[in-house]
Amino acid sequence: MALFKLTLKELQEKFTSGEISAGEIARAYLLRISQVESKIKAYISVNSKESLLENAQAIDDGLKAWRKTEPLMAMPLGIKDNICTEGMRTTCGSRMLEHFVPPYNATVMTRLKAQQPLILGKTNLDEFAMGSSTEHSAFGPSRNPWSQKHIPGGSSGGSAAAVAADECVAALGSDTGGSIRQPAACCGVVGLKPTYGRVSRYGLVAFASSLDQIGPITKTVTDAAIMLNAIAGHDPLDSTSANRDVPDFTKSTKKKDLKKLVIGIPHEYFAEGLDTEVAEKIHEAIQVLGGIGGKIQDVTLPSTGRAIATYYLIATAEASSNLARYDGVKYGFRAKESQELAEMYHSTRSQGFGPEVKRRIMLGTYALSAGYYEAYYGKAQAVRTMIQRDFDAVFQEVDVLVSPVMPTPAFQLGERLQDPLQMYLSDIYTIPANLAGLPAISIPCGLSSKGLPIGLQLMGRRFEENIVLRAAYAYEQATNWRSKRPVIRS
Amino acid sequence: MAHISQNEVEHVAKLARLELTETEKTLFGEQLSQILTFVEQLQEVPTEGIPPTASVVEQESVLREDVPREGLSREQALSNAPETSEGFFVVPKILGK
Repeated sequence: MALFKLTLKELQEKFTSGEISAGEIARAYLLRISQVESKIKAYISVNSKESLLENAQAIDDGLKAWRKTEPLMAMPLGIKDNICTEGMRTTCGSRMLEHFVPPYNATVMTRLKAQQPLILGKTNLDEFAMGSSTEHSAFGPSRNPWSQKHIPGGSSGGSAAAVAADECVAALGSDTGGSIRQPAACCGVVGLKPTYGRVSRYGLVAFASSLDQIGPITKTVTDAAIMLNAIAGHDPLDSTSANRDVPDFTKSTKKKDLKKLVIGIPHEYFAEGLDTEVAEKIHEAIQVLGGIGGKIQDVTLPSTGRAIATYYLIATAEASSNLARYDGVKYGFRAKESQELAEMYHSTRSQGFGPEVKRRIMLGTYALSAGYYEAYYGKAQAVRTMIQRDFDAVFQEVDVLVSPVMPTPAFQLGERLQDPLQMYLSDIYTIPANLAGLPAISIPCGLSSKGLPIGLQLMGRRFEENIVLRAAYAYEQATNWRSKRPVIRS
Repeated sequence: MAHISQNEVEHVAKLARLELTETEKTLFGEQLSQILTFVEQLQEVPTEGIPPTASVVEQESVLREDVPREGLSREQALSNAPETSEGFFVVPKILGK
C-alpha cells in the first residue's frame, strides 16, 4: 500500500520499527503533493523539497545515533496558515499578511517541533479564519477531494482537504465557530476542537479570542488523540490556557463499547432546516451508539436557536478589536503613496482586507459603538451565559451529546458567496460548543446520495476530551466509514 | 427591521479606519441591515439578572515572577515592517500639510 494512504498511527509504527525512513516518507508525500495539489489547492505554501529532504536526513541520521523516537517524529503534517511558524510565511489567507514571516513560533509549533515532525506546508483558510468554505481566501478556494465542484468547508478547509487527499497525514486547524469540525465533516475526516483553554493560543493569529481554539484534523480518532497529546497543556504565554493535568488521550481510544455512558440527543439540533439525508445518517449513527451499549436519552437545550445571533455579535465585536492591529506600521501590507498617517491607515486596511473581513469588522464596530453596545454586545454576552447554563444542566444527566455537524453536506463553490447570512446559518450546530468552551469532535458517519461525506458531532463536558474521544472511537470501530476514500479525478 | 443608513455606514467605516467605495457602502448597508435584523431576535430574550459572559475561563489574575528574559531582537521586531530607519518604524506625517 502506498505510504500516503496510511493513518498517522500506521505510519508511526512503520517508522518506529525501522521499516521506513524519514527520507522515504518525505519523498512519498512530496510526490503525492505534486500529483494532486493542482486540483485540490489545499496549501498556500509548501516547504521546498530541499529543506524537507534535509529535515528528513537529519531525523534519519539522529535516529542512528540516539535510537530514540517521539510519537510525531518524521510524521508529515500540514499547519493552518494562521498559526505562526518561525521563518515560514504565515498569511492568514490575507493580502494583509501576504509577505509576513513570523520571527517566533506559536506554542503548538514549539511543541510539535520538539518531536521532529516533517512540516510539509501551510494550509489554506478563509481570510483570518472568517468563513465556512475557504472561498474568502485571498489566494483562491481549496476544493473538496470528494468533488472538486464543492467546497471543502472552512475555515480550516485547506487542512481538511489536505488530510482527505492524503497530502499530509494529519493537520492542525483552528475553530472559532466550527472551523475545524465543519470542514472535517465536508471532507470525510476527523476534526477535534478541544476545550477552550486546553491548547495554548499563543501564536495563533487572533480572530475572536474568547472562542478561538487550535485542534487536530486527522484520518482517525486515534490519530486525533495522538495529535492532541502533542499540543495540549498549560502555557505561561497564554493566560487563558488551563493549568491542569493533561491525560494520555490515546488511552481513550481502546474500548469498543459505550457501557455506562449516557448519550444525549438534543432535539433542537434536529429541528427545521436539517437536510433529510443528513438527519437519516445521524439517526442511523444514534442506533449504532445505542447498539454498542450507550444509553440514549432525549434532552433539550432551549437557547440553541439564539446561538447564531449571539455568536455573530460576539465574534465580530472581538474581531473588530483584534484586527485593529493591522495598521501598516509594524508588519504586513502598507498602501503606497499616503501623504499622512490617518490616510495611510484607511487605505492600508481598505486594500489589505477582503470583503468578508471588512463586513465583519463593520458589524463588530457597529455592535460596540456608542449607543448600541448594551443592546447588541451586552445582550449577546447575557444570552451566551444562558447557552452555557443549558449545557451545564444537560451534562448533569448525560456524558456526551450527539448531533449533526452541518445542516447539509458540502455546498457548491459560489453557491452562498453572495448571501453572507445564509453562509452564517450553516454554522448552527457547531457554534454552541465555542460559546460554551466545550470539546467537540466531528467524525464521518456516511455519504449522501451524491457521494459527499456527512459528519457526526459529539460534544462533551469541559476538559472531558477523553470521554468524547472514547465515544468517537467506539463509533468509528463499529462502522468503519474510514475505509471509504475519495477518488481524485484529473 | 433594522435599517443602516448610508450615513451610519460611513460613520462606522470611519471608526473602523476603513475607506469604502460607493458600491461597498451600498452593499454593506444592505447586508448589515439584513444581519442586524436577524440578530435583533435577541431583544425578545428575557435576560434580567443574567450576568454577561466575556470568557468561559474562570476569572482569576494570572501573575508570574517579574524576571527579565530574552525577547525579540530589534532586528527581528522590525523585520516585517513596511518601512524602517535606523532601528525605528517609519510612518507618514501624523499631521496633514
